[in-house]
Order: sequence, then structure tokens, then C-alpha cells
Amino acid sequence: MSAVALPRPELRDPAWARRVFGASVAAVLLVPLLVATEFRPWVLVEPDNLKVTLRFLGDFLPPKVDPEFLALVAREAWRTVAIATAGIALALVLAIPLTLASSAALSVSALAGRMHALPFALRQSVRGLLIVLRSVPELVWALVFVRVVGLGPTAGVLAIALTYSGMLGKVYGEILESGEAHPATALLRNGAGRLQAFFYGLLPTNAAELTSYTVYRWECAIRSSAVLGFVGAGGLGMQMDMSMKMFNGSEVSTMLLAFIFLVWLADLASAALRRALG
Amino acid sequence: MTQATPSGAVAGLRVELAGLAARHPAARGDAAPALKPLSLTIGPGEQVAVIGPSGAGKTTLLHAVACALKPAAGGIALDGVDPWALPVRALQRLRGRLFLAPQTPPLPPRQRVVTALLAARLPRLGLARSLRSLLYPDDIGGAWAALARFALADKLWERVDRLSGGERQRVGLARALLSPASLWLVDEPLSALDPTRARQAVDTLTREAAARGVTLVTTLHQTDVATRFARVIGLRDGELAFDLPGAEVTPARLASLYAQHEHELVAAPPAPPDEVAAPAVTMVCR
Repeated sequence: MSAVALPRPELRDPAWARRVFGASVAAVLLVPLLVATEFRPWVLVEPDNLKVTLRFLGDFLPPKVDPEFLALVAREAWRTVAIATAGIALALVLAIPLTLASSAALSVSALAGRMHALPFALRQSVRGLLIVLRSVPELVWALVFVRVVGLGPTAGVLAIALTYSGMLGKVYGEILESGEAHPATALLRNGAGRLQAFFYGLLPTNAAELTSYTVYRWECAIRSSAVLGFVGAGGLGMQMDMSMKMFNGSEVSTMLLAFIFLVWLADLASAALRRALG
Repeated sequence: MTQATPSGAVAGLRVELAGLAARHPAARGDAAPALKPLSLTIGPGEQVAVIGPSGAGKTTLLHAVACALKPAAGGIALDGVDPWALPVRALQRLRGRLFLAPQTPPLPPRQRVVTALLAARLPRLGLARSLRSLLYPDDIGGAWAALARFALADKLWERVDRLSGGERQRVGLARALLSPASLWLVDEPLSALDPTRARQAVDTLTREAAARGVTLVTTLHQTDVATRFARVIGLRDGELAFDLPGAEVTPARLASLYAQHEHELVAAPPAPPDEVAAPAVTMVCR
């Protein structure tokens, strides 16, 4: 290495040392994290463990396909989609007003210089509310609601609505603030109201990204409703929990295939919507 | 043909600056203001061109008058009212009486031209009516008439990102004809237009402003166009160089205004970015 002549100092990338330093710090920080999580992937391939794993997975084959069971899976899959959709719809009802209230892109007082103290405090407190909403996992909300409204899909819908409104509100706000603000600012500067500026300036600029994110979250809600099923919130997850408890691998694999199908559908819907809005 | 403003003649706004200084919002507090203390009065219905080399403070002046920039010193009065003494709501109402057209037209790329034009009406429309206008355009005739004055009538239903840079700029100007404003502040309206289009655009703006009695202040790079205005304000290094009728702006005055910036004076307007690529839509999943 030392044989290579160093280039003149002004021809060296000044950012190089910083990058090397940053990467080393990241690597050093990662080690204690791996220790803390008892990360020992090699136990996976120890012969004893391998045998257990293979027996469990072997159970999955072949998937159960008798018509009666397929009808049940279809019904529960439909219920899962319904839980996810209703949950997202309720989440939107909560998230959209919170987004509008928290987005600095719609600030009138920030048009000339800094935002005033009162609107700033209001926006920060709405942001705080969004943090609370999304930091409680939907599983915890579901456990709460199962006690209140009993076993069944309603608990799942409410749990998804609360957690997802926090996620949607945060990311919607970020999309609106990172997108092209010029059209909306120009409208506000010419005397338009905040909602008018949103509908005529921000929304058309960011519609594709907002839609794409919403559909992705809908897909997440489908997966999440499976987990919620395990605590009694209905849908495919509840069936999967029962099948697992009965060690019925072939039923579980049929239901996993149903999940893959649903996520694939969500992907298609997202692509179609993006094409339509792009 | 539908009249572009249903209100008929609007009384122009009177602009009074008293020692007004302003600095760019991103500038450090101790930086010299882009616009040094300036006092002048622009009467209702007057038409003023602001010229000067790059960095002279033209855009800063426009933004300060548009209540888009708080003065660093001095004061401003619009129709005798100090906008910065008003509560936010009243200031926003006052902003509805002025129209600021930035140099890059602020049009959402995926919006249709008709909607982008009618957005200029928002200060006058209520929220319910402006939402209804998104479902079915509120005043198609008015939008068409405004576009026709800029020879763009065939683009009414086109999407903004299908227009060339010059067409977008003219749509941005056509917005002025639809706004209920009585003061038009236009920043470099010709930067993306070829000389013929530029002349037509300025003629349309001045004619329409005169017909409505609207006060018009426009910054210009093209001194030959500017000298046709009744009043020309020359700015240099943030200071007033002259404030004269267009006819009295002699080549000698222009030469001293643009000293050391001669290339801006001699050369044609900066290369028109006629085919401004629509910004790519970035899809980010979080």
C-alpha cells in the first residue's frame, strides 16, 4: 500500500475520513446489540435443532385443500380483509385531521419568518398525541379491547385504528412537509385558507405518495390482523392460532398461502393506484 | 365571452414604503439586508417595472410588498394599513387582495390547467365552493378567457406537467387575471419566454391591469420591455438607483445601473429553460 504514491492533499476526498469514522462507530455499536439479543444463528444448523425444525416444517406439507376447509379459509380471509379495511378507514378518520393540524407546510404565520408560539405549541402537542397513539402496540390495544367488547373482530378493528392513525398521521405529515411546498405556499401567500391550500396545492402534489403509503399500511394491517387473531380478535389469525395449537401444520400452510395471496393483491392495487395517480 | 373578473373594476391598491429594509429569510441576522432602507409610493393603478442586475434586491422588494417577508426595518402600508400590525386573520384577508406571481410558476405538476388557474380565485371562494370546484370546475368560461389572452386556450384541460416551461409561465401569469387581487406583483414574468411571446405577455398583463385599475409591479430582466412602462425603478445593491418615467431611462443610466454586470444588459434574457422536466415523483415507502 505504501508503495502507491498518495495524491496531492487537495485531490483527496475530504469526506473520506468522516465516512470511515462513521462506519466504524456503527460497527462498534452493533456488537453490544447483538450480545444483548443473544444473537447466535449457528444454533439453527445444529443437528438436534435441525431435526425439530424439519419435522415442524414437514408437517406443513401438503397444504390442506378439502373444499369445506377452503370455504372456511375464504370466509376468514374475507373477515381479515374487512378488519384491516375497517381499521384503516377509522384510522384515516383520526389521522387526516391530525395531519392537517400538525403539518407546518400549512402554517400561515410561518409564511413570513418563524411560526408563532401558539400554533407551534399546538402542532407539537398534536405530534405528541401521534407518538402516544403509535407507540402503544396494536397487540396491547387489542388485549384491552378484547376485555371491553369481547372476543371478535371489533377489538381488532379498534386496535388497528388507534395504532395506525398514529403511524399514518406521522408519515402523512412528513410526506407533506418534504414534498414540493411551492404551490401551497404561493396559494397561502395570495390569501387562500389552509384547507384550500391543502386541497389545491399540497394534495395534488403529494397524492401519489400518500396513496402508495396508505395502501402499504393497509397491507401491514392485513398482516397485523393475523397477529391480533392470536389474542382473540377474529379473522384468519384466530383460525391459525387454533390450528397451531392442534399441531395441524397443513391447515397453517393453507392459511399462510392465503396471506401471501392477500399481500400480492395489495401490491397489485398499490401499483394500479400509483399508475392512475402518476 | 365571460369577463375574467366578475367584480368589474377593482380599485388598485396604494403601496407606501417608508424606509423599508428587508433581508432574505435564510440570511443570517447580521448579514447586510438584501434591500436597504427604501422609501417610495406607488399609487393605485400605477404600473411599475423594477430593473437591476442580479442580486439587486428586486425579488426581495416584491416579497416585502407582498407581505411574504417581514421588514427588517422601516414600514410598509397597503392602502394606508400596516399589514404587520394586523391580526393573522386580517393579514390573510389583506393577502387575498394582492397577487404574487413567483418566477417559477407554482403549479402542481399533476393538476389540470383549469384547476391551477381557478386556484387564483380561492381567497374569494368559500371552502365549500372551492371543494365543489374540484369536482366540477367553478368557472370554466373565466379560466378559458384568461388562457385565451395568453394564446393558450387549447391547453385548458391539459395537465400542468404536459406543458413546456414557457407555457407554464404563461399559465402562471393567466392566474393573475382570475385572482380578485387589486395589486399584482409579478417576478420575472418573461424568463422562460421567447421575445415575441414575452412582448405579447407583457402587453396582456399591462392592458388587463389597466382595464381593471389594478396596481402592477413587475421585476424585469429585459430593459427594452421595462422602458415601455410609465415608471421604472432601478435597483442596485439593494439601493434605489433611479425612479423615473420609462422614457427618461437613457442607455447611459442603464449602463451605470448594470456596471460590472454588462453581460446581463447586453445579452438576451437568460437562456429560457423551455422544456423544464417535471420533477420525478419519488415514491418512498416507510
